[in-house]
Amino acid sequence: MVYVERSQEPLTKQDFLSDQMVKWCPGCGDYAVLAAVSNVLPRLGYKKESYVMVSGIGCSSRFPYYVDTYGFHSIHGRANPIATGVKIANPSLSVWVNSGDGDAMAIGGNHFIHVIRRNMDINMLVFNNQIYGLTKGQYSPTSPMGAVTKTSPAGTIEPPFNPGELVMGAQGTFFARVTDTNPKLMADVLYEAVKHDGCSVVEVLTNCVIFNDKAHAAITGKDVKDDAQLILEHGKPMLFGAARNKGIMLVDSKPKVVEIGVDGVTIDDILVHDANTPDVRIHHLLATLKLPDFPVAIGIIRRVAGVTYNSLLENQMNEARAKSPVKCVDDLLNSGDTWAVD
Amino acid sequence: MSSKQINSSSQTVEKDDVVVKFAGDSGDGIQLAGTIFSDSVALEGNDIATFPDYPAEIRAPRNTVAGVSGFQVHLGKNNISTSGDEYDVLVAMNPASLKANLKTTKKGATIIVDSDSFTPEALEKAGYKYNPFTDESLSSYNVATAPISSLVGTALSGLSVQAATPKLQSEAQPQDCPEVPLPAAPPAPLDKKTIEKTRNMFALGMIYYIFDKPCEVIEHLIAEKFKKKPALIEINKKVFRAGYDYADTAEIVESRISVPKAKLEKGRYRNITGNTATAWGLLAAAERAGLKLFLGSYPITPATDILVEITKYKSLGAKAFQAEDEIAGICSAIGASYAGALACTSTSGPGLSLKSEALGLAVMAELPLVVVDVQRSGPSTGMPTKSEQSDLNQALYGRNGEAPLVVISASSPANCFYYAYEAAKIALEHMTPVILLTDGSLGNGSQLFRIPKVIDLPSIKPPIVPANSDYKPYKRDENFVRGWAIPGTEGLRHRVGGLEKLDGAGSVSTDPANHELMVSLRRKKIEKIADFIPELKVFSAANTANTDTLVVSWGGTEGTVHTAVEKLHQQGVGVAHAHFNYIMPLPRNTESIFSEYKKIIVFELNDGQFVNYLRGKFQNVPIEGYNRTHGQPFTEKEIIEKLWSM
Repeated sequence: MVYVERSQEPLTKQDFLSDQMVKWCPGCGDYAVLAAVSNVLPRLGYKKESYVMVSGIGCSSRFPYYVDTYGFHSIHGRANPIATGVKIANPSLSVWVNSGDGDAMAIGGNHFIHVIRRNMDINMLVFNNQIYGLTKGQYSPTSPMGAVTKTSPAGTIEPPFNPGELVMGAQGTFFARVTDTNPKLMADVLYEAVKHDGCSVVEVLTNCVIFNDKAHAAITGKDVKDDAQLILEHGKPMLFGAARNKGIMLVDSKPKVVEIGVDGVTIDDILVHDANTPDVRIHHLLATLKLPDFPVAIGIIRRVAGVTYNSLLENQMNEARAKSPVKCVDDLLNSGDTWAVD
Repeated sequence: MSSKQINSSSQTVEKDDVVVKFAGDSGDGIQLAGTIFSDSVALEGNDIATFPDYPAEIRAPRNTVAGVSGFQVHLGKNNISTSGDEYDVLVAMNPASLKANLKTTKKGATIIVDSDSFTPEALEKAGYKYNPFTDESLSSYNVATAPISSLVGTALSGLSVQAATPKLQSEAQPQDCPEVPLPAAPPAPLDKKTIEKTRNMFALGMIYYIFDKPCEVIEHLIAEKFKKKPALIEINKKVFRAGYDYADTAEIVESRISVPKAKLEKGRYRNITGNTATAWGLLAAAERAGLKLFLGSYPITPATDILVEITKYKSLGAKAFQAEDEIAGICSAIGASYAGALACTSTSGPGLSLKSEALGLAVMAELPLVVVDVQRSGPSTGMPTKSEQSDLNQALYGRNGEAPLVVISASSPANCFYYAYEAAKIALEHMTPVILLTDGSLGNGSQLFRIPKVIDLPSIKPPIVPANSDYKPYKRDENFVRGWAIPGTEGLRHRVGGLEKLDGAGSVSTDPANHELMVSLRRKKIEKIADFIPELKVFSAANTANTDTLVVSWGGTEGTVHTAVEKLHQQGVGVAHAHFNYIMPLPRNTESIFSEYKKIIVFELNDGQFVNYLRGKFQNVPIEGYNRTHGQPFTEKEIIEKLWSM
């Protein structure tokens, strides 16, 4: 295991502000992510130089310019393999990927599933606004079926991806979902995501004020959020609603919304969230809860221990160094059948 | 080939060089037999060059001409730089391999055939209307037929499956091996499959008898090749000996062949393939530069062996990442480069196409990166196992925007080591992607390699920026090279990426004048590298005619073109030869050399890519092309004929 180097002195949010002008549209959900990240970076305690932010293409991919760390704004869909190379080459760096729904799940879909499958020790933030913003309003792989956009004037005829389902399918070890309207929760979840040993995926439900305004309003609206969000806490019963009197029960392996005190339901009947169970079925179920029948699960849905690609690689490297007779390239060149000509 | 009778009583003929071709079905173990033979004669002191030629299918349809796998070995006492045009000895394990190779077999050559394989069905599949042994078609060759399959069965009849691996034991089906006399009681005999698989060793034994070499070397190599399956060592050795003894007893040749040891420069030698040499050159460059090697690659014929080779050397700190696709291969390498590794990706033509966009990113980010393209016949999937030089245009131009980078090429299996090293040195010292072009023939072909010491290789000094320096990401030195600020280093936090950068500061810029400036700076950086590469050399002969013609080659055709020109010199024809290993930028003296000739002819295995590149650059010199796209190397003969015709 290679550890990220810690900062000698305490850092503040100011230490991570870059000199670049932030060019997102006023009201863009991405500002909330920047605020949360700026709060989390000093809390984590790592050296400023240990952070590397890698992004692809899209509005969210401008992110690396706006934090004063090492950063790489790359090409469409490729943040994950670039981050993979950074992390493999130097496992002592804290490597982050900033990506959007199109970047991560359309053009970069192949990389997305493989970086998760490998449990590459990177932190991925997927800004999901269900639209292509930078190209001005085409549907994305997470746009809901029937969405009317520039390229689907009669409504999309494609079912969307649920990012959490992909993470579960790719054997992910960490998946969380947060909203751009709750920066405190976002910061807390990001902190846990970075501390997670392995590939963490945090889906941020962000709003696009220009091309998909109120994208997640049914979940994040002030008047609906209490009933529309199931904020998960590990070890706590799954309660929601303004009075926290509603909850999720499992009946015949199926989720059911119940009300405490109604039909004899007590707090003990409510499902307790276990983010750490390796059994993926309950996490899959939580990730796929959707309106209007269910609240949408928010918070850390899955956080399970798993060995990382990086630690396995370092083990193999150490073993090879200890066992192989080839210690330098001269050894290699002279290995096997060679002969002298005098 | 010159020859003389050295001792009539021992009936051994000494020859300066001999070309041996092993041919059979894919699956007959042709590549293995050829490799062991070439390794053994190299160990015995001959210079060698090899050319494996096989179908793309792992097990192509049996007994068809399309399914023939070949391994050509050219051995000699003088400098051997080609695998040879025509064969002195041909091993044909079935009718199809005889049919496929007869036209390139010298008259008077020795042909060894497995007569058991010449069944009516196999003859028909090979397209023979009648058995070639029954007419006069082989009368000008020394044909040595042997019922190899039956003889192998007899040789192994004493061996039981106890000697074989458990896997073979479970596969043993008595009804499958009618040729093998069954012992009265267990242990059961070897299965037909094992017998089939060792036919190559019988043929190898026969060949080895012809070459009058000590068997111990082969036996040592067999033990090496099968060290992970020890049960097969004795079986293979036994069949090899049986082949050797059969050739002796049956007196298959009138005279045995002796090839004297090559006069080689003093030093330590080994046999090496181009792909292995490429991998080792990259490992050597990383060590010399004080960096760790990172290779991000996706398997693709014929480049896969570079990835396979690097995965073996974690003990040297090398990390090989098998990516999910070609794009992830190069992107992971770009990430590793940003993080301070000597980063490389290896591929072949179709893979290079997939890497195009990311290559542009590496140009824009001005990060060191080595891209190895082991070229094969295209376009698209083309002929994956056949060699070509047709990715040159793609290497030079295959990106959006003005995206100059360095293109160099290796020209022999052994010098893949040095050009891989050179690619890494240029990439690291000039902060640029470098495409190294090799090809299938170079990558799979092998040659003697004089082992260097790493300390004797040129130093590599990447422009790594020290901590807390006054650093600007796009501040350049006198060679237009920017500094390499490696994540983790204090005081150098910065952003790179694909958007245009402001000169010096490196912040994002869409200023028109700045973009024009940056385009020219990126071009000048590459052009400046011409100051750091060797000048073009001309190989010419004094006191000969036709000295106004310059023969030009690049990449993997050097050996054949050079040998052809050398032969023309011996015939009194004084054409000169210039070979290019550096394509972009070209050597500084290219134009002045070209201006000395009235005629320039470029030989290349494509439809005219280098010739057009040169025409674009040097418009005052008439430049002609000689181009082939048949998936095979040039022959010396065709080059000589073309030059005679001029």
